Amino acid sequence: MDTTTIMVGYASCGIAAGAKDVRKLLEAKAAENGARITIKQTGCLGICYDEPIVEVHDQAGRWVYRKVNERKAERIFNEHVLGGKPVEGFLFHELSAGGREPKQYVFRQQQRIALANSGYIDPENIDDYIARDGYAALRHALLESSPDTILQTIIDSGLRGRGGAGFPTGQKWSLCKKSRGDVKYLICNADEGDPGAFMDRNLLEGDPHAVLEGMMIAAYVIGAREGYIYVRAEYPLAIRRLRIAIDQASERRFLGRDILGSAFCFDIKIKEGAGAFVCGEETALCASIEGERGMPRIRPPFPAEAGLWGKPTNNNNVETYANVPWIVRHGADAYKAFGTGKSTGTKVFSLAGKIERGGLVEVPMGIPLREVIFDIGGGIPKKRAFKAVQMGGPSGGCLPATLLDTPVDYESITATGAIMGSGGMVVMDERTCMVEVSRFFLSFTQKESCGKCTFCRLGTLRMLEILNRICAGEGREGDLEALTELAGLIKSASLCGLGQTAPNPVLTTLKYFREEYEAHIKHKQCPAGVCKNLITFHINADLCTGCTACVKACPVDCIRGQKGEPHTITLDDCIKCGSCREVCPTDAVYTR
Amino acid sequence: MEVTADRLLDLIRPFKGNDGATIPVLQAIQTNLGYLPPESFALIEQELGIPASKAYGVATFYAQFRTTPVGKHLIKVCDGTACHVRGSVTILTAIRDHLDLKDTDTTTDKVFTVQEVACLGCCSLAPVMMVGETTYGSLSFEKSREILDGYRAKEA
Repeated sequence: MDTTTIMVGYASCGIAAGAKDVRKLLEAKAAENGARITIKQTGCLGICYDEPIVEVHDQAGRWVYRKVNERKAERIFNEHVLGGKPVEGFLFHELSAGGREPKQYVFRQQQRIALANSGYIDPENIDDYIARDGYAALRHALLESSPDTILQTIIDSGLRGRGGAGFPTGQKWSLCKKSRGDVKYLICNADEGDPGAFMDRNLLEGDPHAVLEGMMIAAYVIGAREGYIYVRAEYPLAIRRLRIAIDQASERRFLGRDILGSAFCFDIKIKEGAGAFVCGEETALCASIEGERGMPRIRPPFPAEAGLWGKPTNNNNVETYANVPWIVRHGADAYKAFGTGKSTGTKVFSLAGKIERGGLVEVPMGIPLREVIFDIGGGIPKKRAFKAVQMGGPSGGCLPATLLDTPVDYESITATGAIMGSGGMVVMDERTCMVEVSRFFLSFTQKESCGKCTFCRLGTLRMLEILNRICAGEGREGDLEALTELAGLIKSASLCGLGQTAPNPVLTTLKYFREEYEAHIKHKQCPAGVCKNLITFHINADLCTGCTACVKACPVDCIRGQKGEPHTITLDDCIKCGSCREVCPTDAVYTR
Repeated sequence: MEVTADRLLDLIRPFKGNDGATIPVLQAIQTNLGYLPPESFALIEQELGIPASKAYGVATFYAQFRTTPVGKHLIKVCDGTACHVRGSVTILTAIRDHLDLKDTDTTTDKVFTVQEVACLGCCSLAPVMMVGETTYGSLSFEKSREILDGYRAKEA
């Protein structure tokens, strides 16, 4: 008898969007209807904006349903699974067997290497991973190759660290491999600290075995017997799936002693991070695993010589490891076929902020920013104007529309003043105030500064004070010069990456959006209508249709008017939250 | 809630002899008790030989740890970049206002504690909050209040 498999997207994004209830309903329906229907969970396909996702796999192939709720799930089950007739209206056409030509393609420009399995396999089932060539790379490395050959493949592939700095992975491994010592450690940095980034979370939730396999291969190359995954405590589902994956891999003897009958021994432990952005820095991360405060120390010695507990240590990011099995299976040339000269392969980006299709994408390096944001991401919602894209989190910068043709590779992005970073792209529209955004980042880095270096500890505070004043309408002549001077001092007098890059959001916004700073300081205006001390909210009577949407949204009930008649805002009671402006369908609410 | 020393000792002792136990032991205490009671630090020193000053230094260094008790439901309101540009500050104001929180983070009936956090990693659903282990996305003023009213109703 033919079987039908139903897959429910069950990563954090899907669950938050309501996948739990959908799954429960489908499981109950399947139980009523006998054994030929299997319900499986899977990770995130990357189209988080369309969650919850449900897939039906039948004789015709794969059918992907978007934005499924219980009502839709019931219809999909009755009409498609039982009745054999797909529910056209709910389909995500691009990925569906009999789907229509989509208006805009989301996957066509993508190339999935790190995300190859996410959304395709049950991350809690090792057999699913193995069925898609999982652990074939490890087998090849241990039984048919040698550490030197594998290292050469990684060097040749041009793979660079995906955590942000872009250091060549092969070179890093090579340094650690050469270090003397019987005990060496391997670390996977899964302490995704950049606010606005979620690549690592999705990878760990969607394909934990790929990360483990990458770690095993790296450990084999450098000669480590013990590995740690340092993962954020804020990612409970990722931690749970990693634990399951480690248990399953141990049962199958991919971990432990004499792996696959070779002499290679390796174990992996999970360390839950306790919340400190600075722990993204290697030496701080080591200190944190040792149970200390996560404070960076002077390098050299680099962790490759003396890292965790003073032993040679190799540390890579989640996405870096996730690329490794693919490279070993397909070879360096296949990997290098994607990307540009110095930035080979692909990069995963998380798209968020003021963007139509927020989610995860994986694209070949070198693709222009515009294609990522507008073609794949669908551009800005509500037909508003694009203002900036923030790349690289608190260490990165904000790029304006004039730089949208910048190719996404390490060198080109760095040349703009931003950084590639770990891959967070937060898109901002005309209603985002760039001064307030840079204040936001500075307040983050100021809070997260570990306090070791004076310039980072106090310099960021002084910068924050100036930015707070500017946003409050108390900006003064000379503020911008003071910001620039402080920025230079902090960059040059800080020990680690946190301080060296903390001024970047301010510097890039000063460079590309200087007029917005000047409007705040000289004219006491916030052109984007965000900084509360500088704006008041009003309703344009010509545009207002009296739909009462704003009345319902107003938390302090300060909007008056009859249905169908223009409304007015009582300024004395208004708390300037902007809720009315957000919900207004005719853009009648404005600030001045 | 009165925490007995015995309860703390039960949580601390399994870490005897472990390398790098400072953070895991603090995490174990907080997971079970919701916060780090002041007497934890002396007991950690006594049982594990980690100086109380060091354990306290670690506890105050990392954002995760709290030294005061929290309400029954911990609400984490995300203020990551994506949530920030999509109005998380408004959501936080709405929630604090709705729960009648002025200078404190915990409601007088000890049902809710509100905390602003850096990023929950659900950026595509911004603005986001977590109540306990449950994540809620695409929040609006109204929606965030309805969610909390739902929790409140269960308490009554």
